[in-house]
Amino acid sequence: MPVDIIKEKFTGKVQEVVLGATKEQGGTRAYTVKLGGSSTLPFLQFEGEIPNRPSIAIEIWDIKPDWSPSFDEYYADVWDDPVAWAKKAEEYGDIIYLRLRGADPELENSKSADECAKLVKKILENTGAPLIVEGPGFPDKDNEVLQAVAEAAAGENIALGVAEKDNYRSIAAAAMMGKHCIIGRSPVDINIMKQLNIMITEMGVPGDKIISDPLTGGLGYGIEYSYSIMERARWGALIGDKMMALPVICLAGPEAWRAKEPNAANEDAGPGWGDQKERGVIWEAMTAAALLQAGGDLILIRHPAAAQLIKKHLDALLVSNKY
Amino acid sequence: MAFYMIGERINGMFKDIGEAVAKFDPKPIQEWAIKQTQAGAAYLDLNVGPTAADRLKSMEWMAKIISEVSDVPIALDSTNYDAIEAGLIAIGKPGALINSCPNERAKIERVFPMAAKYGAGIVALTMDKSGIPLNADARVAHAMELVAAADEFGVPTDSLFIDPLILPCNVAQPHAPEVLEALRQIRTLCDPAPHTTLGLSNVSQNTPDRSLVNRTYVVMAICAGLDSAIIDVNDETMVEAIATADMLLNHAIYCDSYVKVFKQR
Repeated sequence: MPVDIIKEKFTGKVQEVVLGATKEQGGTRAYTVKLGGSSTLPFLQFEGEIPNRPSIAIEIWDIKPDWSPSFDEYYADVWDDPVAWAKKAEEYGDIIYLRLRGADPELENSKSADECAKLVKKILENTGAPLIVEGPGFPDKDNEVLQAVAEAAAGENIALGVAEKDNYRSIAAAAMMGKHCIIGRSPVDINIMKQLNIMITEMGVPGDKIISDPLTGGLGYGIEYSYSIMERARWGALIGDKMMALPVICLAGPEAWRAKEPNAANEDAGPGWGDQKERGVIWEAMTAAALLQAGGDLILIRHPAAAQLIKKHLDALLVSNKY
Repeated sequence: MAFYMIGERINGMFKDIGEAVAKFDPKPIQEWAIKQTQAGAAYLDLNVGPTAADRLKSMEWMAKIISEVSDVPIALDSTNYDAIEAGLIAIGKPGALINSCPNERAKIERVFPMAAKYGAGIVALTMDKSGIPLNADARVAHAMELVAAADEFGVPTDSLFIDPLILPCNVAQPHAPEVLEALRQIRTLCDPAPHTTLGLSNVSQNTPDRSLVNRTYVVMAICAGLDSAIIDVNDETMVEAIATADMLLNHAIYCDSYVKVFKQR
């Protein structure tokens, strides 16, 4: 008697979002990146389609960051040159993720919206990868900066971040004006995640222009809570909840490196922690690997070596397991 | 698990639709198709009613003009299976619903192969020639035979909408709790489970506050496993009650706009 293998049948799928625009599409990117599109749980290729490989975005800043010395090997010559840094970043990942930390209004030499826009333009002129730009994280300055950035990057289909429940209107308007994507961030809260997606959609931003950031935690610091939220969101997407069906970005790099463990110098390390250089990279890669299993469509990575590990890991995970 | 609302309004029993069917006037029919689609109907019931001179021709015509204004699949509601087949051909794509078929062998042999052929679902009634049974067990026994028939004729069990048949509470009150018990058991008959449905408005026939009876009973029934009903989708308080029950059962992820989202599906 033939055995029928029971497979889960889903009615919904994750919305597909395209980042970047090539010359034919009105931009200057060398290629575009498609996010989402899955009609199954992460990597269960035998139960549905996974048309797009999860993507890797590489984090860069517009000012010299206060990162661990283990990054110097890769970036020491570009700390003060974000354009050169962006060129390196596109070699390590699929997407450049620029954080405009220099526009922090509390900094002494806080960068103006105009300076930020000029930098974005310059990065676009010198790179080919799709771009994501995150504001400094202060609502008023974010609105001002992102509006200028959206105008400077018109036609390039970048993603602007981040919109939050109490500050999404101006960013959504800027994204719509420049026909860009928008990242909506909810504070590890599935209900706010859904509500924010609804509010952004109601502003008139189409579903294929919205990326959801559930503000995931790092390894050892609440990642299991993020995991359960992402899992539930994906499940909602697959059973037809369109407001849960937006592709998800996970900030693996920044969250992982916030912890003590990846940063602690060898002399401050606990027993069995191993060498900092390797430890930090693995801490970040493990964070990213867990978030990929939870359903991340786009993973933000900080360390080039961690990006390498994740690429290799994705290659292995995406070998067909259909039967 | 989603809840499927089947909009009841395009039925020749209603005066405006009856007149439209008699005169082949598409306007009122299309207006109700749009109105029910906007209210979140998952299916639009189509019943030509008693005034139609030629049920076959009317069914075909109505299916066509509804499809012109709405993408929502149609539930072809008739006891004349030739008319239903004419409707299925006019619709020309899978996903419609045949409403309905009782647990009678001759009718099963006519309807189930037709559903398989056109990729349609079936509203299957837990009754036979002897009528509607009172107790839950007898209703479930019918349901079991209908599930077996689906298997026999190659209809997926999740294309089956089993209707355990609710009767007016003012004349047949003991049926109400029996239907709830039947709903609980029908969900466990097979995997994937069949859907369940009810012609909900029946429960409130000739009661003074029909909407109150309808929405109270629908919430009780959803709690017992009901996942679809033929209802007045433009009864806002009822749809709000359904959306809330669906959310409280954790079928839909909560958000502040959950009622609005429910209607947009």
